[in-house]
Amino acid sequence: MNFAQDVPLTWYLLLSAALFSLGIMGFLIKRNLITVFMSIELMLNAVNLSFVTFAHQWHMVKGQIFVFFVMMVAAAEAAVGLAIIIAVFRARATLAVDRIDLMKL
Amino acid sequence: MHLVLFLIFAGLCLAGAINLLLQSHPINSALSLVVVMISLAVLYLLLGAEFLAAAQIIVYSGAIMVLFVFVVMLLNAGREERTLGSKVAKTLGFPAVVAVMGVLATIILHLQGMGTVAINQGLIPTEELSRVLFHELLLPFEITSILILIAILGAVALARQEGSERRLTK
Amino acid sequence: MTLLEFALWNLLKVVVVTVILLLGVAYTVLLERKAVGRIQNRWGPSRVGPFGLLQPLVDGAKNFLKEDLIPAAVYRPIYLLAPIISLGCALVVIAVIPFGENIGPKGFDLFEVSNINIGLLVVLGLTSMGVYGIALAGWSSNNKYSLLGSLRSSAQLISYELALGLSLVGVVLRAGSFNLRTIVDQQAQHGLLSWNMFGGFQFVAFFIYLMAAYAETNRSPFDLPEAESELTGGYHTEYSSMKFAMFFMAEYANMINVGCVATLLFLGGWTSPFGHLIGPFHSAWINALLSIFWFVFKVFTFLFLYIWVRGTLPRFRYDQLMNFGWRFLMPLAILNIVGTSLWLALR
Repeated sequence: MNFAQDVPLTWYLLLSAALFSLGIMGFLIKRNLITVFMSIELMLNAVNLSFVTFAHQWHMVKGQIFVFFVMMVAAAEAAVGLAIIIAVFRARATLAVDRIDLMKL
Repeated sequence: MHLVLFLIFAGLCLAGAINLLLQSHPINSALSLVVVMISLAVLYLLLGAEFLAAAQIIVYSGAIMVLFVFVVMLLNAGREERTLGSKVAKTLGFPAVVAVMGVLATIILHLQGMGTVAINQGLIPTEELSRVLFHELLLPFEITSILILIAILGAVALARQEGSERRLTK
Repeated sequence: MTLLEFALWNLLKVVVVTVILLLGVAYTVLLERKAVGRIQNRWGPSRVGPFGLLQPLVDGAKNFLKEDLIPAAVYRPIYLLAPIISLGCALVVIAVIPFGENIGPKGFDLFEVSNINIGLLVVLGLTSMGVYGIALAGWSSNNKYSLLGSLRSSAQLISYELALGLSLVGVVLRAGSFNLRTIVDQQAQHGLLSWNMFGGFQFVAFFIYLMAAYAETNRSPFDLPEAESELTGGYHTEYSSMKFAMFFMAEYANMINVGCVATLLFLGGWTSPFGHLIGPFHSAWINALLSIFWFVFKVFTFLFLYIWVRGTLPRFRYDQLMNFGWRFLMPLAILNIVGTSLWLALR
């Protein structure tokens, strides 16, 4: 195997798809509210990777700037989401998603 | 060289993501996610996005994941409980995810004209990034800052305990 | 230069720089004990070697030979991981710090491990990763003092990181680059007068950086995470022997890193304060050695200031700390950015 060779960009895209699928899987099978939220972050990261890959392919700076925006939105989302998780935990004393199925106590 | 680095860090990424699913304690999951994010930063660097690599470390693993770890510590979240729902999610979830992965992989493998990437090629300097960001995309940038302001206010409003003001004024 | 030569040279540089940094850490501890001793009107360590100069070696041996206790209730994997993260992040920062004028052949930096475009951002990123070491140490120890100490510490680090990062924006605006070498070169013309701190009118930023740096390294007067009198030892209460020593070394290595960054960004790096009055000499080696001397001298001054402050000021209360960070330093840093950019735009 020649280690000096270039890497095809499709490999990066495949990695991104794999990470995205793992994120969906985590979203479905994890039972802890915080871990479910982490899976969402994983999916966002996977999408970011494909944005950067396409930015490299088409030599477009805007692809990278979109990632920058996604990061900012993810930060805002994490702040609000975690605040909601803390509020939920205060009201129900549990983080299991199956127990948090009522809008009102 | 690029191939070696790609294989190492893509492997770390996948291992971290799989470990996130396998671990039952949220703090272990959070740490595996940190590993994923740091490896992603290295991959960004390989793709020539040096500013994004730094922003990935500072924003994602330095701020967002610290918040996650902080909340796990604060709520002292233990091992997750296995409930009835998890079985349903597993039986329905796995085929669905495999299907999604299959569709995505087929689309990607049929893409035409994707290039290759070598080390030290297509590096986009931070100046160019900021020039586009502050000239052409100024309005979205400002709107994002307003979004973040709203998020801060929302987080403060949500996290404030009921009746904490009364206690303070007493 | 072939790949093998390149790898060997860089390995050599890494080893030499790390050894020097660790020696610096050891002797900063001694300097602190001596200086604080004199401030409190006592001698400090004076028994081992002349003037107690061998004390750090004996301390190291003591920590190394002590029994390594692991309490039964800790969460083992993370308990073992935390000191490694802490020390690792502290030691890696030195890799992007240039500490002398470049005299090597083209494309090869003799006085820097790696010269990269985003050097400053790497420093900030590694600093923000250091939070994990402290947060995880406190949580995994399963001890209320440790947990309180680490919660305080994470909150403090996250809050002051903002002020720290914002205070650096002015300098970056002036230099137009994140590359630490470029930032220093931009301050090199007229000695003292062209340093960012004086000629660049960044003294407000320097003040903010100084305060935030004290908080970031958990040093007095912001040493609440440790606060011996109320938390027994903070996040490292449950650690003993070498693992404790790793936290200790990380703290001092962070002090040195912060000093290096302050020197590079505000105090003109390795340039002489007298500008061209003591002109460049004919021999490139003398110039290089002189530049290293100035760099080390400035870092030493910064470290001495650290120790002096520790010996002088009492500790803040927690709410005072948070108020100071959010209500005073943050707005001041933002004002500094606005002022600097206006000045640059109107110039």
